[in-house]
Amino acid sequence: MNKTLFDKVWDSHVVKSIKDGPDVLFIDRHMVHEVTSPVAFLGLKKRKINVLFPDRTFATADHNTPTINQHLPVADPLSAKQLKALETNAKDNGISYWGLGHKKNGIVHVIGPEYGITQPGATIVCGDSHTSTHGAFGAIAFGIGTSEVEMVLATQCIIQPKPKKMRITIDGKLNNGVTPKDVALFIISKLTTSGATGYFVEYSGQVFESLSMEGRMTVCNLSIEMGARGGMIAPDKKTFDYIKNREFTPKKLEFDRAMKYWRTLKSDEKAKFDKEYIFNASEIEPMITFGTNPGMGLPISKSIPKASSVIGDPSTYKKSLEYMGYNEGEKMIGKKIDFVFLGSCTNGRIEDFRAFTNIVKGRKKANNVTAWLVPGSHKVLQSIKNEGLLNVLNESGFELREPGCSACLAMNDDKIPPGKYAVSTSNRNFEGRQGPGSRTLLGSPIVAAAAAVTGEVTDPRIFL
Amino acid sequence: MAYEKFNILNSTAVPLPIENVDTDQIIPARFLKATERKGFGDNLFRDWRFFSDNRPKKDFILNNESFDGKILVAGKNFGSGSSREHAAWAIYDYGFRCVVSSFFADIFRNNCLNIGVLPVQISDNFLEEIFRTIEENPKSEFKINLPKQQILNLSKNKSENFDISSYKKENLLNGYDDIDFLNSIKNDITSFAKKSPL
Ligand code: SF4
Repeated sequence: MNKTLFDKVWDSHVVKSIKDGPDVLFIDRHMVHEVTSPVAFLGLKKRKINVLFPDRTFATADHNTPTINQHLPVADPLSAKQLKALETNAKDNGISYWGLGHKKNGIVHVIGPEYGITQPGATIVCGDSHTSTHGAFGAIAFGIGTSEVEMVLATQCIIQPKPKKMRITIDGKLNNGVTPKDVALFIISKLTTSGATGYFVEYSGQVFESLSMEGRMTVCNLSIEMGARGGMIAPDKKTFDYIKNREFTPKKLEFDRAMKYWRTLKSDEKAKFDKEYIFNASEIEPMITFGTNPGMGLPISKSIPKASSVIGDPSTYKKSLEYMGYNEGEKMIGKKIDFVFLGSCTNGRIEDFRAFTNIVKGRKKANNVTAWLVPGSHKVLQSIKNEGLLNVLNESGFELREPGCSACLAMNDDKIPPGKYAVSTSNRNFEGRQGPGSRTLLGSPIVAAAAAVTGEVTDPRIFL
Repeated sequence: MAYEKFNILNSTAVPLPIENVDTDQIIPARFLKATERKGFGDNLFRDWRFFSDNRPKKDFILNNESFDGKILVAGKNFGSGSSREHAAWAIYDYGFRCVVSSFFADIFRNNCLNIGVLPVQISDNFLEEIFRTIEENPKSEFKINLPKQQILNLSKNKSENFDISSYKKENLLNGYDDIDFLNSIKNDITSFAKKSPL
């Protein structure tokens, strides 16, 4: 055998191959949220077809939801209408719906793993590009458009060309202060935002093996930011321990049977990849971005590169720096910031809140900083309280909000004002992503924490 | 959703020589709150096109009357970022039927093909020449020939071929969508599902 992990999962889900064309791929599990689904449900209605397998689809409200006073009616009429539409569509079609206030509610990519919807060897899609997160479990998981959401609802299949395969191997031991987020930002800075377009990535090597499931999710989540359809990591003991006894995972004998299959889910020794990258852990430092795409990242202690030294169109590069209000050659350390956002499907899990709390403990939030701490789900929120993190955060002058996507894409009221700088643990620093005119610096939870207590870009290692 | 068939398109083009244009620029998140597919063209490139008080930004290409047409020509790596099909809808709804670039993000490309917008990927050099051609004369015409998989820069009399899967090409030429096809193999799907328990 010489198949990659990706081949094994993909090939076992092909219902039919179209000659000289794409494959018809069976989808095991489908996640749905309020923004990319209404037009799909409308399409079904127009065609007069029902959802084929309602128990394979799970719906949650996250993109539009407020992060304060979730018990009150949603004030924005458009958001309220969209949320209502999802609720009605789910109910009419017999789909489980975890709406606002539901104890299982949260960001779609945070709750999937929490409840065992995400499993090794499965195909998982959602009308959201960061569906790649679920690849951390050895699943093929990727984002789709609304037409495809409609396809999956109607037929539990989508039509996809098989992507090429890339492997990224990183061996060695990570330096102090280097988190999974830094590993991902490092890779994207090397490959650029289009470096993996057309590929599905497998992450392998000691670094990824050593990461917790949360850390692996952060890495796979960011695969899309280098253009990849998705990323995946072969399941191992950590994966199996994580998913055991979750609501939607197989139980007892069936679990054992599933384990037999899951254990075969790794790339064969002779498997061929279309492209390979190899890095060493020692090359990676805590990272931060300085521009308007996630590939514009650098080690936090370094200076903004000169236009002449970067690949790509110099005028696009200059336009980006102009938007950020930065100049070539400037140091990132010491740059004033206004906001800190801890959250999103990239870094809104319990481990991220532990890391953040660990740094701010015994220190105070800087006066010039507004901090939004938004758990990825109710389960995360509950753990923050149960583990006593909330008290520590409160003592340091931080408040916690209710779960949702929040300032990651600023569809609700959590918008960074024009011209203001935010250190954000989310995934995109595009122009206006966090609100019109907002300026985003992407970093890890500890980079965010260090900035939150000093009010400026700070090397988190001084606090470790 | 059915869409207009695509065969041969002769048109002038609108140039956007910026690299890495992401879906948040094509359509910002705050305009994704609709529950119907309507009116997205008004918000295409919203924050590049309008000031926050809705006054048009004169120097943005869509506000320049010298340029128009059904073809959008954009810099390398167009459409990266989110999976929002709204980005493709906005482009279609504004009146574009074809986007030309030297590189496209994956999901965006799929989304375009699924709604009847043809993504045409060409070499960097050919793209550069198109930008120059439009700069010299905004009324320059281009011909997109889907059956031949060819793009023609008419005023320079130069052409290049582009790739598209034969399945998708057939769909575009006939205005079919994937659900029509998937429904025709429903039996295969349901028997497959039995082998693949939850
Ligand atoms: S947290 Fe951000 S990236 Fe993740 S699903 Fe929500 S909006 Fe998308």
